[in-house]
Order: sequence, then structure tokens, then C-alpha cells
Amino acid sequence: MNDKVRNNKAWWLILPMLLLVAFSAIIPLMTVVNYSVQDVFDAQTRYFTGTEWFVQMLNDPALQSALGRQFVFSLTILAIEVPLGIGIALLMPKKGWQASAVLILVTLPLLIPWNVVGSIWQIFTRGDIGLMGWSLRELGYSYNITRSPLDAWITIIIMDVWHWTPLIALLCYSGLRAIPEAYYQAARIDRASRWAIFRYIQLPKLTNVLVIGILLRFMHSFMIYAEPFVLTGGGPGSSTTFLSQALAIMATAQFDVGPSAAFSLIYFLIILLVSWVFYTAIMNMQKDKKERGA
Amino acid sequence: MAEIALKSLAHSYLATPGSPEDYAIREMTHVWQQGGAYALLGPSGCGKSTLLNIISGLLEPSSGEVLFDGQVVNALSPEHRNIAQVFQFPVVYDTMTVYDNLAFPLRNVGTSEDKVHERVLEVADVLELTPQLKRKAKNLSADEKQKVSMGRGLVRDDVSAILFDEPLTVIDPQLKWKLRRKLKEIHQRFNITMVYVTHDQLEASTFADKIAVMYEGQVVQFGTPRELFERPAHTFVGYFIGSPGMNLFDVRARDGEIVAGDTIIPLGRGIYDAVAKASSNNVKLGVRPEFVEVHVAPVEGGIEVTVDDIQDLGTYSILSLHLGDIALKARIDEDSPTPHNNAFIRFPDDRIGLYVDEFRVEIDHE
Repeated sequence: MNDKVRNNKAWWLILPMLLLVAFSAIIPLMTVVNYSVQDVFDAQTRYFTGTEWFVQMLNDPALQSALGRQFVFSLTILAIEVPLGIGIALLMPKKGWQASAVLILVTLPLLIPWNVVGSIWQIFTRGDIGLMGWSLRELGYSYNITRSPLDAWITIIIMDVWHWTPLIALLCYSGLRAIPEAYYQAARIDRASRWAIFRYIQLPKLTNVLVIGILLRFMHSFMIYAEPFVLTGGGPGSSTTFLSQALAIMATAQFDVGPSAAFSLIYFLIILLVSWVFYTAIMNMQKDKKERGA
Repeated sequence: MAEIALKSLAHSYLATPGSPEDYAIREMTHVWQQGGAYALLGPSGCGKSTLLNIISGLLEPSSGEVLFDGQVVNALSPEHRNIAQVFQFPVVYDTMTVYDNLAFPLRNVGTSEDKVHERVLEVADVLELTPQLKRKAKNLSADEKQKVSMGRGLVRDDVSAILFDEPLTVIDPQLKWKLRRKLKEIHQRFNITMVYVTHDQLEASTFADKIAVMYEGQVVQFGTPRELFERPAHTFVGYFIGSPGMNLFDVRARDGEIVAGDTIIPLGRGIYDAVAKASSNNVKLGVRPEFVEVHVAPVEGGIEVTVDDIQDLGTYSILSLHLGDIALKARIDEDSPTPHNNAFIRFPDDRIGLYVDEFRVEIDHE
């Protein structure tokens, strides 16, 4: 016989966590969901619109091109930052005072707030007083980020690479430090080339940190806002207007809460989808062939 | 395949070693003959792995030379020494299949795929890895991974030697025994010099023809398992080999007799002379528990001892005895009479060893 006293009071113990999650995630998200299906005129007047805002947003040419730019930007910086970060991590000294010194130098850009990074580069690239802008002009290149979309793009990409490659480098550095010495010894005994050591020992052992690094960088860059906003203001024209900025203009300047709520959700789902596909693909790579098919 | 010689080899991990204790390997000269199966036996931290890494070239010795077939190879990296080494913990290339793992050392030197295929299948067969060949190494169990590690060493048939650094630590006991047999088989089949590091005497004696016992950075004895058992060259070998280890106790010569504590030990003239002549105060007698004669009743030349404990291990028993302050162990067969409270023991002259400053001194028995 079961003579245990049934007592469900322990369920109350999850209440604090439930409240925390509710206030930090569920309630704000639901507010957005709420707005996304209504047309709000004032505190008393509102109409249910269903999927109308979603359809409208998906067909909006300005947002479509911002989304396209956003993908180009995120993929470009990932294509540069990941290999560069791995390369830097491989070159960083492993012990002694040099290791600490290099570590601090590499970390430095990560400590600077986003909008300050924008300001730094805004001044840095000015043709009259900025070191980079002035030097390029003196070298005969008519560099101007407020006129040339290409200059603006290249500058934003360089700025992002400068700001965020250290994150990848640090993650990889810690990943490399965690590889036991025996692996390198075994590789030497097996007469592996430097490339083979990288390809078959270092890179596989970096997979986990790289997954974290790439996901973080993807999400971060997909939501980039302050840096290009300060540097170019989204221009020239709308050539560097990325999604967050397009959204911010709509939500705050034009006060279209319904459409911008709908777009926020679409935005969120895109990030979720891309991250999930990427993560699943990487994890699937590590399985055996026969398991993979199943 | 090669004969490996170590000449006046010494190694310290410190930049400026002073005392002998600073050395992980104290100066030694040693030869591993081509085609031998050797074990390097010793407790943790005695320098076994250091010595192995010096032979393979992962570590450069502080002084002395390593010679392969008479050629000094000190300056050669492991890649150029053509030597295989298996480590204590499995090292596999995670993203590769078992097949590719085994093929890796061959492909690195551009071996033809036909040859690679043939060797991989042969080694996989010996190690019973054939069903796993297509699996990714990452997903194997620890002992399968270790078999892959060993396979990468065995797949190269032209190596100077294969070094094993406690390779069976992670393997469960049943498979351990089987793999040791496999290694022995492989050794007989390919006639490759093998050096097997372990701290397990059973593992050493089942694998090796000759065992080098290491203690505090030096090889204290190099011999067959039988020699190590019957004539330990150093008190450490006596204590380390055998279960339980050798009985060792301090003795001195007094008025024509050998005494241990206050007890007179009746032994032959030859032993007394050797004890009396000893140049040091550190004089010990050693006798294996197997060779201690135990009698229930007084016998001629028998020393009375108290019996503290009897451990019945089935076919034999281990007695814990006290001779004055000296604790001794004796091993008796199951059919010999078991003493109670006290017993009378004798040490056969030819089974006793004399150790001066811990090293064995040969006795001239008249």
C-alpha cells in the first residue's frame, strides 16, 4: 500500500522562478504579440486586425531591403571574424607575461560601449581631423562615408571586425588552451603536418566554442544598431540602414506600434530559425552516418 | 626496428639541477635490444614516463645520448625517429572514423591507399575493431578509443619501436588481459621492439621477457621476472615485486652472531662474515614470505615469533608475525599446519639476501 501523504505544496516553490520568467520574457513578449494584432489609435480606440500587419510588413519594400542588407552584413562579418579570430587565437602566446599582455590588448575593444565605438570611428574616419579619413585622402583616395555607400559599408564592416573579432579570438584561445598536451604529442608521433594538427585536432576541439561564438556573433550582428546609427545614421540614403534601425524609426519616430510589433515578431522568428538551423546542422555533423539518416 | 641504447642519460625538469633529487632521470646507461618485449616497472613518479618521452623524442634529455642502432638521435624530433607511442589516456581524432584514425599515421607519410587499406584491416582484425571501422571515433567508448590509439601505433610496420605508457589504465580487467595477450601475439608476429610502462607487476611479467624496475629516477634492476623475484638487486625491488613484498629488517654483527633488534638470527658463517664486513651501518637482510620456514613446534635453529594474524587466501595463507619489534610476513600452503599464538621460523641460508645501503651484496656460501 502507498501510505505516503500526498502533498502538492512544493509546487509553490516554482512561483518565484515563474514570476521572474514572466516579467523578464513572457509578459514583454505577449505585449508585443498583443500590439501586433491590433490597430491602436488611442487608449480607448483599438481594432483587431488579425494577420494584416504581418502581411503588410512582409511586403514592405523598405523592410525587405533592410532585411537583405542585414543578411549580407551578418554573413560578411562572420566570414571575416571567424577565420580571423581563430587565426589570432592560434598566434597568441600561451604562457608568460606576453600571454597576459596580448590577452589584455586583444580584449580592449570588447570593453568599449557600442555607441562609443560608433563615435570613435565617426571621428577616426572624418576627412578633416580623423586619422584614417585624413590619411586616405592624403594618399589620393576620395574617402567619404557620407557620400559613398561602398565607403560606408566597408567602414562599418571594418568597425565591426575590430570590435568583435576579439570575442571569437578569446573563445578560441580558451578552447585551444583546453586541449590536452597528449593530443599534440600523439600527433607528433603520428607524424602529422601542422595543417593536419589544425584540421583534425584543433578545429574539432574548437567546434563547441565556435558554435557559441558564431551564434552570439550572428545574433549580435543581426541586431546591430548603435554603431552604424552613430557612424552613418543609416546613410548615405538608406544604404546602411539595418533592420533594428528601420524598426526603431517605425516604432518611435512614426509611432506605428502595430506594424512594428508585427515586424519585431518576424525579426525574432528569423533569428530563432537561423540559429536553430545552424545549431542542428553542426550537431548533426558529429554523428555517425547511420545515425544521421535515422 | 632498432636497438635502442641510452648512454649516460640524465634528465631534470629544473633549469639548474643541484642535488640528485632534482633529477627525474638519474644518470643511466641502458640497452633495449631489437625485437625484445620489455616492461618498465615502477611506482608513480619514478620517471618511467619521462624516460619513455625521452626515447620517443617528445622530451630532450638534459644530458647523455639516445642511440637508435648506434646512431645518436638526440636532435631528431619524434616525426623523424619513426617511433610509435601509445599514451595512458586514449587520444583519438574525434571527427575521423575509426578507419581514418588507423590510416592517419600511414597517410601522413604518403603511403599508398592499397597498403593503407591492407594494414588498417589487419590491425582492426587483431584488435577486434572491424565492426567499428565506419564509426566516428568521438562516439566510441573509452576502451574502444584506447584500442584505436593502440592501433595507430601498431599500424606502422616499419617503426623502430613501440612504446606503451600504461596503455591499459582505462580498460576494464577482462579486456585488459585479452589485450595484453594480443600485444604479446603482435610482438611475436612482427618482432618489433616494445617497451611497456606500467606500475602493475602482473602486467609487466605477463607482457615482458625482461623487466626494468625503476625507482627514484634510476633503473635499479633489469632482469627476467624470475630474477626479480628470486634475487632482487635492491630493497625496493624486493618490496615492490611479490605479494606481499620481501621481509626486510635491519641487522648487525655482535659477538660472532647476527642480531636483529635483540634477537639472535642463526645463519651460516658466510652471511655473518658479509654482515661483519659491511662498510655501512645500513645493513638489511631480506627474505621472501614464500621462503620463510614456519613450524608449529620448536625446531633446531628456529626463532620463536608471535602470530598476530592469519589471512586465509584459499590455496595459501599469509601469516603476520612479530619477531621482537620486527614485523614479518610468511606464506604457508593450505595443507601445512597452521600455528596459533606463536610459531618457530627459520630462514634458509640460500634464500636470504643481504642488502648494504639498499643494494644487494652477493654472499659467498661455503
